[in-house]
Amino acid sequence: MDQNSAHRLKRRGLKFLHLVGLFIAMLIICMPGLWIVLSSLRPTVEIMAKPPVWIPQDISLDAYRAMFGGAGQGGIPVWEYFRNSLVISITSTIIALTIGMAGGYAFARYKFKGKSGIFLGFMLTRAVPGIALSLPLFMIFARVGIIDTHFAMILIYVALNVPFTIWLIDGFFRQVPKDLAEAAQIDGCTRWQAFWQVEFPLAGPGIASAGIFAFLTSWNEYALASQITRSVNSKTLPVGLLDYTSEFTIDWRGMCALAVVMIIPALTLTFIIQKHLVSGLTFGAVKG
Amino acid sequence: MAPVTLKKLVKSYGNVDVVHGIDLEVKDREFIALVGPSGCGKSTTLRMIAGLEDISGGIIEIGGKPVNDLPPRARNISMVFQSYALYPHMTVRENMGFSLKIGKVAQSEIDTRVNEAAAILDLEKYMDRRPSQLSGGQRQRVAMGRAIVRKPDVFLFDEPLSNLDAKLRTQVRTEIKRLHAKVQSTMIYVTHDQVEAMTLSDRIVIMRDGHIEQVGTPEEVFRRPATRFVAGFIGSPPMNLNEATVADGKLVFAGGQSLPLPIEFRNKVAAGDKLIFGLRPDDIYPTGHGLNSGEATDVHEMELPVAITEPLGNETLLFVTMAQREWVSRMLNPRPMGAGEMVRFSFDLSQAHLFSPETGKTLRG
Repeated sequence: MDQNSAHRLKRRGLKFLHLVGLFIAMLIICMPGLWIVLSSLRPTVEIMAKPPVWIPQDISLDAYRAMFGGAGQGGIPVWEYFRNSLVISITSTIIALTIGMAGGYAFARYKFKGKSGIFLGFMLTRAVPGIALSLPLFMIFARVGIIDTHFAMILIYVALNVPFTIWLIDGFFRQVPKDLAEAAQIDGCTRWQAFWQVEFPLAGPGIASAGIFAFLTSWNEYALASQITRSVNSKTLPVGLLDYTSEFTIDWRGMCALAVVMIIPALTLTFIIQKHLVSGLTFGAVKG
Repeated sequence: MAPVTLKKLVKSYGNVDVVHGIDLEVKDREFIALVGPSGCGKSTTLRMIAGLEDISGGIIEIGGKPVNDLPPRARNISMVFQSYALYPHMTVRENMGFSLKIGKVAQSEIDTRVNEAAAILDLEKYMDRRPSQLSGGQRQRVAMGRAIVRKPDVFLFDEPLSNLDAKLRTQVRTEIKRLHAKVQSTMIYVTHDQVEAMTLSDRIVIMRDGHIEQVGTPEEVFRRPATRFVAGFIGSPPMNLNEATVADGKLVFAGGQSLPLPIEFRNKVAAGDKLIFGLRPDDIYPTGHGLNSGEATDVHEMELPVAITEPLGNETLLFVTMAQREWVSRMLNPRPMGAGEMVRFSFDLSQAHLFSPETGKTLRG
């Protein structure tokens, strides 16, 4: 065996080990998700079995049938929860993105007094654990009379997301060279046109990813929602999961089925937007 | 097509003035270069003309009308940026047609004008590429194309060549000159490179610390620098500038070595005056190896030791020690010469300059 083929063999061996390592890592990451999907299809007996039953014996879609079957059959008002979640998440994401774009742009492009102080302040708001806010929020909202409304949840999620979207979008606007907006202005754009024609398309991927983050935060948030929402008026899906617990039993199968239903829109949205997350779009604008 | 006039133009950031009330008239179709070291206010001046910086004081007129209140888009100017500033999400064609699209020009007209500009700049092959797929020189040409398509009154260039390598720079420099001949627009060109300024422009504006030091044709600023700063800035290698004192019709340098007072200045200085003596490397040469050998009218010869030689092929730069300073001399039709050799040098004093050490102004009057 000559030197070259020995080298090739060694490289193949390393590549194989590399793949095995990746597989194990992926397995650890994906296992809980897979387990949820599996559990949603199996009877409670099998889910609770000790030692665990690895290979499902008895697969059925009963949980899904019951879930969408309506409240009459002991089901849960999933459609209402779903609608609440959508309304609250989408509205709060749009508002947070709008404010985030305006704020991020201002931080990236303009000098003003107390800029770094304000920026630090935004970051500090993220340091407060959300659950710690739930009691004061509850009291204030109760006084104002907006407990159990979409408005209350949207308000909370906007406040939660704005610092983060500003921070993220600021970074993306910083990457768009200032010269480009100036060139556009000389080419006949107003300041406003220059933003929409040049700076916005270039920061687009960043704004999209900020949008995904904001949406997922609102979509998955549980701690605050569990305090502020009370009924089908405003309960979101994560809170709805708790409907599967009763005094003595937990319907694990139903809960897992609802979790799967929750994951699907988030996953779909991420995939759709991810296509547009082409990074490095600004390359070639200036000397590169 | 329009003249540009600056009247008492001031730019200040807070309490700091960076441009101190400059006056300048750029004639219609003139190519004018603003040149100076970094921080001299030349780019700021250009950006004020473009409308990208607020004007702190004074008036800018384009085509006879004040434009102080007009936003950049209303000034009918084009600008080529140092960084090119091409829109990365658009193809070359879209980049070049962008200003027309924004101006709501008909698509057929846009196509015609873009193709016209592409032909001038030899860009036809690249029209559907994005800026990231172009080389530096090509990007530079697209940036110029984008400027041409607009058919502006005034072209502004902000150090457009400084991102190119040396060879390409010479090439694009020629292209800019050719472009000016073709489009016949007023062009204002900012650079810190005096060679670019000399080769391209009809007139040069030399700036320092927010003031204009001199405005003149390349010939004028080279032959008759108004100040010591201009003398040192224009020309490569730079002019030899040394302090001297007038005594007995001679210029006495530190260490006691002296040169005769140039004939031209004999009536303009008095004994005891301290001044700055300037002489270009071209006017100090080993006897017989100069530009004006034989014709010069006011030549002084002396023997000096050569410290270092820098052969360049067609000429050799000699570093000569005199009056405790190093003087640069340019030897044409060079002969081999070693360090330490004693050589007879001719000083062509008809080309000498004298400046006041206090004001820096020429004593030529």
